[in-house]
Amino acid sequence: MGIFRAALDLVRKGVQKTAAVFGAQLRSLLKGKRLSAELIDEIERRLIGADVGVKATREIIEGLRADFSAGKAQTGEDAIAYLKRALKSRWSSEAQPLAVAAQAPTVILVCGVNGVGKTTSVAKIAKSLKDEGRTVLLAAADTFRAGAVEQLATWSQRLGIEMVRGKSGADPAAVVFDAAEAALARGVDVLLVDTAGRLHTQDNLMRELTKIKNVVAKKIPGAPHEVLLVLDATSGQNAINQARVFGSAAGVTGIFLAKLDGTARGGIVVAIRDELDVPVKLIGVGERPEDVQAFDPDRFVEAMFEE
Amino acid sequence: MFDSLTERISAAARKLAGRGTITESNVREALEDVRTALLEADVEYGVANEFCDNVLKDSLGRGVTKSLRPGEEFIGAIHDSLVELMGSDDQKAFYVEPGPTVIMLCGLQGSGKTTTCGKLAAFFKKSGRSVLVAAADLQRPAAVEQLRIVVSTVATEAKGGARVGFHGEPDQCAEYGKAVGAAVGVCRRAVKFAKEEKYDIVILDTAGRLHVNDDLMKELEGVRAAVNPHQILLVVDAMTGQDAVHSAKTFHERLTIDGVILTKLDSDTRGGAALTVRRVTGAPIKFVGTGERFDALDEFSPKRMAGRILGMGDMIALVEKTRQEVSDEDAEEMTAKLAKGKLTMDDFLKQMQSIRRMGSMKSVLGLLPGVGAALKNVDIDEKRLDRLQGMVHSMTTAERANVKLISKGRAKRIATGSGTTANEVTRLTSQFEQMQKMTAAMASGGFAGKLEAAQRMSQGGGMPGMGGGGGSGMSLKGSSATPSIKAKFKERKKR
Repeated sequence: MGIFRAALDLVRKGVQKTAAVFGAQLRSLLKGKRLSAELIDEIERRLIGADVGVKATREIIEGLRADFSAGKAQTGEDAIAYLKRALKSRWSSEAQPLAVAAQAPTVILVCGVNGVGKTTSVAKIAKSLKDEGRTVLLAAADTFRAGAVEQLATWSQRLGIEMVRGKSGADPAAVVFDAAEAALARGVDVLLVDTAGRLHTQDNLMRELTKIKNVVAKKIPGAPHEVLLVLDATSGQNAINQARVFGSAAGVTGIFLAKLDGTARGGIVVAIRDELDVPVKLIGVGERPEDVQAFDPDRFVEAMFEE
Repeated sequence: MFDSLTERISAAARKLAGRGTITESNVREALEDVRTALLEADVEYGVANEFCDNVLKDSLGRGVTKSLRPGEEFIGAIHDSLVELMGSDDQKAFYVEPGPTVIMLCGLQGSGKTTTCGKLAAFFKKSGRSVLVAAADLQRPAAVEQLRIVVSTVATEAKGGARVGFHGEPDQCAEYGKAVGAAVGVCRRAVKFAKEEKYDIVILDTAGRLHVNDDLMKELEGVRAAVNPHQILLVVDAMTGQDAVHSAKTFHERLTIDGVILTKLDSDTRGGAALTVRRVTGAPIKFVGTGERFDALDEFSPKRMAGRILGMGDMIALVEKTRQEVSDEDAEEMTAKLAKGKLTMDDFLKQMQSIRRMGSMKSVLGLLPGVGAALKNVDIDEKRLDRLQGMVHSMTTAERANVKLISKGRAKRIATGSGTTANEVTRLTSQFEQMQKMTAAMASGGFAGKLEAAQRMSQGGGMPGMGGGGGSGMSLKGSSATPSIKAKFKERKKR
């Protein structure tokens, strides 16, 4: 039943590349071996190579070294067990569903830097919500990029979901204002807003995002109920900066980790978890609108070490 | 959270500089900091290690241990290794005769291929070469439409007189996975059309794809076989992490990449992908994308990139920009004054006016040594520059030549004249004096001296009216601020 339930088994699919490259290699590296300082160095190399980040990696590795010298971790299997524990302990095991407003419409704002996959992710969320029997209205608030409105319009047609659009070059806040009015008038369950890609280093564009947020809050009290930041899973440590800056400009409530089918890694979520208190809510695992899953940390970590 | 790569390397160099005698193990220790900085900058693990090994060899060879200025030697070694790793200068585009020169762009989804197509078209148009852009992305909804709009904008708005054409077959588009292979036909027809119409260049914009998607990678091989592109360029997002190694390697293995275009370099990414991709493909980085507009494309220069990483600022770009605004005589006079620390308020005013003609203060200042990083979290209110100008305008000629003349009484008069407060005037004059000292230090010092001055500039006083924080509004302290100070800064902006 869509994204509000953690479809545990399906997460496996999304991270199968991670498992294939990272997990399997790590397992074959460690299996049946006695743990050694060299082997621990090699684990460190692989964690960094998985975009887990220097800081988180060092912390994990120092713990492993301590266990090793205390005699608590002696074999490769002990190391695997330790790594799983260390990674899993970073997330709460509770499900992180999307927020639902006490009174409809629930407003979901989707933002992120250029090229991370915002519009595709919006289509995925829309389809998921529709499949759950909710009525959805799309707002095409990317009035900047050429063809962006048309791109969302194509999805709107394919999915049979209505869309409010502004003219190219129009003030996105005005489009969102109109969309909020339309959402109220039509009595839809969810208003899903697609915004233009913006680099977090562009202060004026970040302010525009704050403005969009304020405009929708004026029209619908309590909105936006969910502000999703779309992050590209192939991106490196810079994703943490993105999360931080978008967090303060737009009050990000959750992360949509896109393109997890492409990267062989996905360790960036560990680094993000260590730096910020924003949960990863959804993951994108393919090109089709149904390729979206709830993020399940246990499953995610398990899949990292699967063969 | 992380210090910038620049700050890390500078810190490592300062460690060396602070020591009387340097041993090999001191150098190794400093290199460990450099290695960490590189990893935090998303340089691939193996590449980072190799880099550090080379620097160690090189700096020992240079006799860092015996040098009087080991920090300087050390940074020199790092700089040279960076340049070497990223390739030599002058990675220009090339053309075939008779045309058309066929250029194929490829890359992962969202790396910026379509935007880059528009930039390349503008680049060629400016250089007087006619260009046809073909939409071979039949996967992503409205990608053809996006490219059509981008190309028509370039055709009407970009500088230069050469023809800019568009070839698109929107009826060939289909849902994901259903149009695989159709791009081959589109590209073949586009090249045929370009030959007939005698275009100098054809750019093929292919769909974004994962390097692990075999069907789509085969499609690219099909395009290559069908039209034999003269240049296959890989478009890479500068914010990519460790995975850059795998995607670049696979694209290179299957297509033999001729060059790389690095996009989104206007973000605060530390650019590790530039080092990595160059190393694993061996293909030169030809262009860098630095903004959303079609003119935000620069030819890649390893020296400039290395300089940027080392916090020497992008002085070359600054010089190029300045040339358009400032005459040579003016520039020479200014340089001489800077070197002597004899910059006057009049010079400052003149500079500020010409700088403001070059673009926003932030973009121009970002090119200065050490200032770029400091500016990344700072919002410069251009209206405050008006106030600064107003204050200078309200000074007498004598005061402008020698700010020391400005007493409390005079400050009050200037404030009244410019609609500011006496405090603001005093702050401007005292910071101006500081800047005089710093620019003199920068102009006279050696390599490390400049770096140090740049560091001081970014940490301390800064430029007049922009340092000091505390209500003056334009603090340059952004990068060295702790997160909590940053948060406060943001809070203030909201109010």
